[in-house]
Amino acid sequence: MIKLRQIAVPTIAMITFLALWEALVWINGWPNYKMASPSDLVPAFTRYWELFLIMGWQTLWRTVVGLLIAIVFGTMVGMIMGFSRTMRDALYPLLVGFNAVPKATVVPIVALMFVGAHDFNTVLIAFMISFFPIAVSVSIGLSTLEPEYRDILRSLGASQTTIFWKIALPKTLPEFFGALKVAVTLAFIGTNLMEIVSPHGRGLGALFDSGKTNSDYPLMFAVLIALAFLGIVLYYVVVALEKIFAGWAERPAG
Amino acid sequence: MTNLIDIKNVRHAYKTASGPLPVLDGLTLSVPEGGFVAVVGPSGCGKSTLTKLVAGLMKPDEGEVWLHGERVKSPRSTVGMAFQNPVMLEWRSILKNVMLPLEIVPTKLTKSQQEDRARYLLDLVGLKGFEDKRPSELSGGMRQRASLCRALVHQPDVLILDEPFGALDAFTREDLWQIMHQVKAKEPFTGVLITHDLRESIYLADQVVVLSGRPARTQFTLDIPETGPRDIDMLYTPEAADMLHTLRHQIEIAQGRAPAEDTAA
Ligand SMILES: Nc1ncnc2c1ncn2[C@@H]1O[C@H](COP(=O)(O)OP(=O)(O)OP(=O)(O)O)[C@@H](O)[C@H]1O
Ligand SMILES: [Mg+2]
Repeated sequence: MIKLRQIAVPTIAMITFLALWEALVWINGWPNYKMASPSDLVPAFTRYWELFLIMGWQTLWRTVVGLLIAIVFGTMVGMIMGFSRTMRDALYPLLVGFNAVPKATVVPIVALMFVGAHDFNTVLIAFMISFFPIAVSVSIGLSTLEPEYRDILRSLGASQTTIFWKIALPKTLPEFFGALKVAVTLAFIGTNLMEIVSPHGRGLGALFDSGKTNSDYPLMFAVLIALAFLGIVLYYVVVALEKIFAGWAERPAG
Repeated sequence: MTNLIDIKNVRHAYKTASGPLPVLDGLTLSVPEGGFVAVVGPSGCGKSTLTKLVAGLMKPDEGEVWLHGERVKSPRSTVGMAFQNPVMLEWRSILKNVMLPLEIVPTKLTKSQQEDRARYLLDLVGLKGFEDKRPSELSGGMRQRASLCRALVHQPDVLILDEPFGALDAFTREDLWQIMHQVKAKEPFTGVLITHDLRESIYLADQVVVLSGRPARTQFTLDIPETGPRDIDMLYTPEAADMLHTLRHQIEIAQGRAPAEDTAA
């Protein structure tokens, strides 16, 4: 019963959205270069479905690799800042400054610096854009751990490492997953920026770019839909992982 | 007679934004092996601080804390502690929370023996059936009882209880007093009990120590005469009334509400 509602409600919402979109384009009589309608997209997908699969996979794996590096690196930086006040004071302004630089300006620079290394560039940008929220959330999670939690284990003579694994890490997981949901979207944006900007790129971004050069507007819209689909999939993978590893933080309803 | 817990002339101050806050001032206290000392005193006088010093979680600014004839420099696994704030790890079931110390402290018990031990203790404090619940599904008093089990699970030689029954209703509290006597008979320990409840102090302990207001020092000590196995009726005897009266008066002095001159006891 609950399962049915969980699937039926979003599906109905999706169909309603597509119908409204179709109606809007139809009523206004917009040509497809102004606004493609869902019915224009079907031919675009059927014509290029092989390209969509290849390019979609390209985008997906580079986003995920960039994100994985961001998780490892961000968690490490977060741990350093979470455990040492001095390091927090030292690193925080650096991180904030780094994060404040709009990544759209970094993309062309990186594309030039490592010209030709397209996979590397893309993964690098995906990583750079997404590690910040992870680092911040882990550091805040660790530094705000109530001393009472630590004391339970410390009073038994447990080592710092044991305290980290048994208390600090699990206690930080809800914050970590909150940040990961932001990071996954950011990494995705990073990947696409690089794919669109760099010449001879690959992935869905490059497909979008080729649609632009060939004035194939339905293709461009189709890429947007494909991107949205991938983004949703990635996001819900994180949600599923969160349920498994930090489900305890969810308060029972009522 | 050697003392198992020896606190010698301990002085401690917290560093706060508005300068040092002296909390303990030359406090001396000792508990013989197998003894059970209750510590009472005004709120905020430094009782929880005292427990943290005994557990080795903090070092005193001055003075010494000894356990088993050894100077306490860091926490040790032979201590069981129930904190005033009974935090539970929300990601674990109650059973797993109670078993936590066994993951740290070296133990000869097999996994299933460990689980039996935890289940046995939970049953003892009236939490049978709640083993697989999450801490968030328990009331404050139930969490406090689980926290008591966690303090006992590794059979510590030294038990430090910081207001372990504070969140319990009067009836459950009396049940648990009796259970504490049972546990002590079966698994002897040397204990320090912090409490606000004077009846609890004379029913459970063999010595009651009254601390002065902050900064705390030992103001008064009352020995509870040994009269064989205790039951709750003991609290309704004239002797108990006398003891309670004396302790009450001492607390008033500690709070600064009665003059200290007539400390005749
Ligand atoms: N970590 C800390 N930093 C600064 N001051 C503290 C800290 N912990 C306790 N204090 C202060 O030290 C004093 C004694 O605290 P403590 O917790 O030992 O009191 P207590 O006797 O246990 O009180 P209660 O009966 O209310 O539990 C209080 O005035 C408190 O404000
Ligand atoms: Mg206290």
